[in-house]
Parts: sequence; structure tokens; C-alpha cells
Amino acid sequence: MSDESTEVGLPVEQHALPQRFENPGLPEHHPRLTDVDDGAAKRSERIVVVLFMLSALGTIGAIVAYFTVPPGATIASIRLSTMLIGFGLAATFIFAGAASVHWSKSLMNDHEKIEYRHPMVSDTETREQASEMLADGMSDTGLSRRGAIKGAMITAVALAPLGFAVPLIGSVGGDWDISKFRHTMWKKGLRLTHDPTGRPIKASDVTIGSAVHVIPEGLNKLEHPLDEKSKAMVLVIRLDPRDLHEAPDREGWSYEGIVAYSKVCTHVGCPVALYEQRTHHLLCPCHQSTFDISNGAKVIFGPADRPLPQLPITVDTEGYLVAQSDFHEPVGPSFWERLK
Amino acid sequence: MSTNARDAGALAPPLDYLDQRTGLAKVLKEFSRKIFPDHWSFLLGEIALFSFIVLLLTGTFISLFFVPSMDEVTYSGPLATMQGVEMSKAFDSTLHLSFEVTGGLLMRQMHHWAALIFIGAIVVHMFRIFFTGAFRKPREINWIIGFTLLILGLAEGFSGYSLPDDVLSGNGLRITDGVVKSIPIIGSYLSYFIFGGEFPGQHIIPRLFTVHILLVPALILGLIGLHLFLVVLQKHTQFPGAGRTNKNVVGYPIFPVYAAKQAGMFFIIFGVLALMGATMTINPVWNYGPYDPSPISAGAQPDWYMLFLEGALRLTPGFLEVVIGGYTLSLNILIPAVVVPGLLFTSMALYPFIESWASGDKREHHVLDRPRNAPVRTALGYSLLSVFLVLVLAGTNDIIATHFSLSIEAITWTFRVLIFVLPVVTFTVAKRVALGLQRKDREMVLHGHETGKIVRFDTGEYIEVHQPLDEEERWLRVQHEPRRPIPLLPAQNERGVRRPGYRRDAIRSRVSRFFYADRVEPVTPAELAAAQAHGGHDEISASQHDAPELTATREGSSAG
Repeated sequence: MSDESTEVGLPVEQHALPQRFENPGLPEHHPRLTDVDDGAAKRSERIVVVLFMLSALGTIGAIVAYFTVPPGATIASIRLSTMLIGFGLAATFIFAGAASVHWSKSLMNDHEKIEYRHPMVSDTETREQASEMLADGMSDTGLSRRGAIKGAMITAVALAPLGFAVPLIGSVGGDWDISKFRHTMWKKGLRLTHDPTGRPIKASDVTIGSAVHVIPEGLNKLEHPLDEKSKAMVLVIRLDPRDLHEAPDREGWSYEGIVAYSKVCTHVGCPVALYEQRTHHLLCPCHQSTFDISNGAKVIFGPADRPLPQLPITVDTEGYLVAQSDFHEPVGPSFWERLK
Repeated sequence: MSTNARDAGALAPPLDYLDQRTGLAKVLKEFSRKIFPDHWSFLLGEIALFSFIVLLLTGTFISLFFVPSMDEVTYSGPLATMQGVEMSKAFDSTLHLSFEVTGGLLMRQMHHWAALIFIGAIVVHMFRIFFTGAFRKPREINWIIGFTLLILGLAEGFSGYSLPDDVLSGNGLRITDGVVKSIPIIGSYLSYFIFGGEFPGQHIIPRLFTVHILLVPALILGLIGLHLFLVVLQKHTQFPGAGRTNKNVVGYPIFPVYAAKQAGMFFIIFGVLALMGATMTINPVWNYGPYDPSPISAGAQPDWYMLFLEGALRLTPGFLEVVIGGYTLSLNILIPAVVVPGLLFTSMALYPFIESWASGDKREHHVLDRPRNAPVRTALGYSLLSVFLVLVLAGTNDIIATHFSLSIEAITWTFRVLIFVLPVVTFTVAKRVALGLQRKDREMVLHGHETGKIVRFDTGEYIEVHQPLDEEERWLRVQHEPRRPIPLLPAQNERGVRRPGYRRDAIRSRVSRFFYADRVEPVTPAELAAAQAHGGHDEISASQHDAPELTATREGSSAG
């Protein structure tokens, strides 16, 4: 390792030379044109004055625009109002800014000044005094002799935040009933309806190759429909039955090539909404997880791991699509207790 | 006393009034002519500061019209496309602010642009600090404060972006919910904690509002105060140059030069943001519609500073989700959304301590490094940037796919490879470039500028005349101190007893060698004198000496 600390470079003969170069000190100050030429200084002054005046004009412009061009009912009128006030504001500040900068650069004293630094560390005496004072203070408390106080104090201080934190944390999570993740409002006989109109769907109206966005019947009548919709939304797709490969335990979950899958991505929960009819692939636009609808919605690409949960469906006596039951597994992103 | 004070001091009346009650003159005496060094890159942090002031001003304006509530209303404003649509009051009031409040859309767009520039300026400022070594002692604490400000800025940006309750930001929250749920053991409960029950619930918008307009801005404001206080206390760093030393600071006084320049800069930033808000549409929520879990558009992108997380989520393959003892561990989400950013950010926060541990340098540093003079640090910075770049690009892979007609699978796989390969390549190239620039500096010092003048000697030899550097040019290239690895003391002392702490020293020595084994040291006066003694034979001697001697020893070949 010793070679690492040896000097490198050209052979050294002049031992008398210093190890390092000397700092040459501040370079000579070069006066600006405005320092030596009165005419140039006057010109600079005039530029600064004009810029400040333009800034004032900008302000007046913004106020005039505010009163004379209010936004109307069209996007174009809103755009115009926004633009005119904005131009006024921009002129106000850009001209004032340019004036200040030009003033400071061309007219204010530009001689560089030197200020000296002092080490951040306090001098030894101060440090000793501080340390002594702290020691005196500590000995005044008598904590070293009265250990019981120390223990009691730490206990009290450690517990104190709980009086605040427990009510906060206890209340902030609602009812903390995470079993809601497992269920949706789907149940036996509940009709599949169009999203967002709530119109029921006749099986015969779903043509081969089409994808229908579906919500459960009655969703819009709930007090907070979005909470339920986030879990219960479904995509119904009709395939040519010859293209459909169903797992043995799921035979009977589809109806004449019509399958229903949860629209909530099993990755992080985006709506899986892009269906490519030719390949039967369903793509999540957020992170590009790709599911194969002809094959149990298995993942064929992307960051999701699990297939989309399937909703077992059939038709009722009037030919409308209905659910056979709720989903058989929790929908949406994975969570720790998902399989428990 | 009061009459005397008036006569003795020449303070203007309002200052006199304040001084008699607060001793203000002492502060003025101390600070009004305080010196700040001049460099354009010292203003990057000011861009962040001034954008923040614009954020406070425009934010106050728009908060007066925004209703942070998820209660449903039916739209009845002027916008034809939204007539009769059910939406939250948050979204409705955002539309009202945009279309019915004169100047409201301007303020909203300025606010959003200012937020993007705020975080952009923080990041660029941070890399300036990083590459010039301004985080070194005594400024490690300020580095940590600045780092915390970055995190708070991200939180502030994300919480504000989500407030209008539109489809785009709602899906962002949905992704957040999915990420939170992936956290082992507490994930499900944490989701309830954030949303007050099941997603989306009725609480998230009011909660984010409190976070966005009270909690985080107060913290940011406080930390900015502390950040600037430390800058004043420790005095600003300065770039190396003639007359600049570790013991002084060379520049212009706060009053009036910096006051004028800073005010000017603030105005210009305000003005440019006003121009952006006036002419560049941003986040047109009326095109997206109110939040509904079901619709989504292709090509959805978050604000730029969230793209790296989005990209990491997109790159990670799904098979990483595992089930252990019946519990689901979603490593396909945890790794990109929690572990990777956690590691990136932690290593950024701890970097000053890692470097000072590797260098063993406990001195104060007020003169900045030229990035080339810290090759490994510079290379690490570029390496980190390359990771960030790949993640950002991965976050836009769908846009790349549609714009360049490429397959999304091919792009994703390319990025999956690049995320591992590019940082290594970037590190190596950046380090070599830095070392090369140092060698160039040495050559300049030893041989001077090329003049293009060719001279023929009477012996028939041709040489190019080189013009020596002047003192200031030379000083810039020789002022830095060489950094060398910490030598490792032997494992046993002279009596053959094992030294305690040897293992720790060995690790430290390895890290130190990683940082400083490959190096090019600055020219010493002796070397210059030797080079000059070679007379006019500059090029010949340079070519002879170049490879083995100008470069420091390479660790592997020399450690015998």
C-alpha cells in the first residue's frame, strides 16, 4: 500500500521549491464601461428608468384587463382573460426584475470585497466554559444522586404523546374493518348494468368481440357509490366460445362466451380498461400489465402477478346478465392478509 | 438617553425607532454589508426559494375559492361539457375557480407551474451542491435539511396535485392505495389510516388539503428559514480562483448589490411564471372529468417528479409477488415503490458522511471542488442521474411506444436491462472523463496553451510554441489538494498481536481506495520547474512522460 502515498509526477530535482503553489491573490479590478464613460453610465441609467416605467405600465395593463375582459361562457374568452392578465403580470415583474439586475450590474459598485471566515468551532475556552456550565446545571438537578426521578421522568415523557396519538390514530382509520376488502356488493341474481347509466344488459345485445363496462344494479343508489364502484366494477367481454379456454373449476362461470372480469388491476388497482379485440388482451394503461381474456385473464406481461378475479355470471329469465355470486377472491391489489 | 441616541446616530427615523427598542443597528451592522460570492449556479437554490414564494402567493389566492370536500354536487356552471355531471365539491370548485373567477385560471396554472419548477430547482440545486462538494464539513447538516426539503416538496406536490379530485389524480391516489396495501403487516391498516376507511372514501381530499396548505408548507417554511440561517452563519462557499481561500469569502455586499440582484431575480421568476400561467395550459382537469374509479385514458402521466416511481413500478416484473406462510408479500410493488426509492434517497442523505468516512477528512471546506477533481463523486452523481433518467423514461414507456411505434414489451425489456447496465457504464465513463480532464489540466500547467505557431530550430527540428499560463489560470488548475486513500495499518502490531478494529479499518480502507486509488494529482512547483527545464522540448517530453507518470498508480497493478 505504501506506493499509494508516494508522490507522482515528473522527476523532482529542485528540493528548495515549496510543495504547493501559492495563491496569487485577487486579480486586478477591471473597470466597466459605465465606470469610465459618463455617457455609458447615463445610458444605463436611462435603460433602468425605462424598464421600471414599462413595469408600471404592465401593472396598469393587468388591472385594465381584469376589468375590461372578464371570462365569459366560452373557453376562448377564459383563455383571453387569463392571457391578458398574465401578460400584464409578466410585464410588471419581468421588466422590474430586468431593471434591478441591470442597475446592480452596470451601475452599482462592482469592486469585489473580502470578508474573513472564522472556524465554526468555538474556541477552547468557550467550549470548556460551556461544558462546565452544563455540568454545574446537571449537578444542580441532582439527577445523578436521585435516580428515581430520572426513571419516573422518562416514563412520564415517553407516555405523554400517547394521550394525543391514541385518539388520533384510533379515529383516523374509520372502523378499521379491513375485511371489507374481501367483499363487493355482487350477489346471486344481481343484474349487470351499464356503467354509468345503470341500464341492465341483455346477453343477446353483447356482440362477439365487444367489451362492456359494467356496474352492479343499484350501485348509483348507494350513499357513497364510488367506494363500492372502486371494488365492484367489471368488464364484460364476449368471445367466440371456440377461443375461450376455461379452467375446469370455472366451467359454467361464463355464458355463451360472455365472461366478466374485475376491472380493478391486481397490481396497484388502476382500471384495466384497454381491450384489444384481435388478441383478446386486456391492458392496464397505468403500468401496462397485460391480461389474456381468452385464458382466465392470466398475466402475460407487466408488473401484475395474479389474474383478474372472475365474476361468475349467467342470465335471468328475461335474458339479462346476472351474477351467480360475489367474486370468489378479493379484487384489486394484493395485501398482506389477502389469502387469510 | 433617547434624545442623545437621536443626535449621535445618523439612523433614519424608522430604523432609529426600531433600534431603540430592539437593538436593530447591531444586526444591520453585521449583515447589511455581508459578502456573498458571485456565481450563476449559486442562484439555483434561489429559484426554488422564489418559486416557493410564488407558490405561497398564488396558493393563498386559489385556496380562497377551493372547497376541500368530497360531497357530491351536480355541475351547473358555464362549462357545456360538464352540465349535469355528478362531481365532488372539490372538483366543482376547481371548475368554478378556473372558469368563473377572473384571474383564477391564471393563478391555478401559475401555482402548478411554480410547483414543477420549485421541485426542479431543488433537484438541480442539490446536484450543484453534490458535484461541487459543498456538502462537506461544516455543511452536512444543511445538506440533510435540504434533502428533507426535497422530500417535503415531493409530498407537497403530490398532495396538491391530488386536490382537484379529477380522474387523473384520482388514479394517482388509487396507485398510492395499492402501494400502501403492499406494505407487509400494516399495509391494509395504513390504507385505512390514510383514506379513513376504504378507498376512496369521503376523507382523503379534506385530509390532503390540511396536509397541503398547513402541515407541509409550515414545515417547508421553517426548514427554509433554518437552511438560510445556516448559509448566513457558515457563509457561502465559493469556487476556487485567485484570491479565494478557505479563510475568506470574496464577492459583493448584500446591500445593495445582492439585494438588487435578488429582488430582480425574484421579479423575473415571478414574471416568467406569470407568462407560463398565461400561455401554457397545465392540468386541464375539465378535460379529464371528476374522479370516478372506472374511466381512464391511455398515456396518463403524473407530474414529472413522480415519474421515476411510476417508471419503477412499470419495470418490475410481477413474479416477485410471493406468498409466505399464507401471507402475501408483494415484492413486485414493494421493491420499486418503497425499497428502490428508499435506498436512493437514503444514500443521497448519507452521502456526505460516507465520503468523509472514506476520505478521513475532518477539516472545514469553503472552497468548492471542480467536479473533475473528485472523479468518483462526480461519477456516482452521474450514475445516480442515469438511474433516475431510466426510471423517468420507463414512466413514459407508453408514450414512447405510441410516438415511436415501438412495442411496449421491447421498450420495457430495454429499460429492465438498462437500469442495471447504464449506471455502471455511466460511472465508468464519467470517472474516466473526469480523470482525463485533470490530465488535461496538468498538461496545460506544464506546457501552456497551444499557439498554433510552428518553429523550426537550426537543427531542423520543428516544435509548436506553447504560451505559458498566467498565474490565475495556473492557480485554478493546481489549487486543489490531492486526495489519497487512507493507508491500512498492518493487522498485527510489532509483537504480532492482533490489532483491535482491524476489520473495520480494512473495510474503510477498501472504500477509501474505491474513492481515491485512481487519481491524477495537481502539478507541484517542482514539477513545473522540471518541465520548464526541459526547455522547448515540451511535446516530446510530454509524450514520453505521459502514460506512466502523469497518471497516478492504478490500484490493481500497483498493490504488490
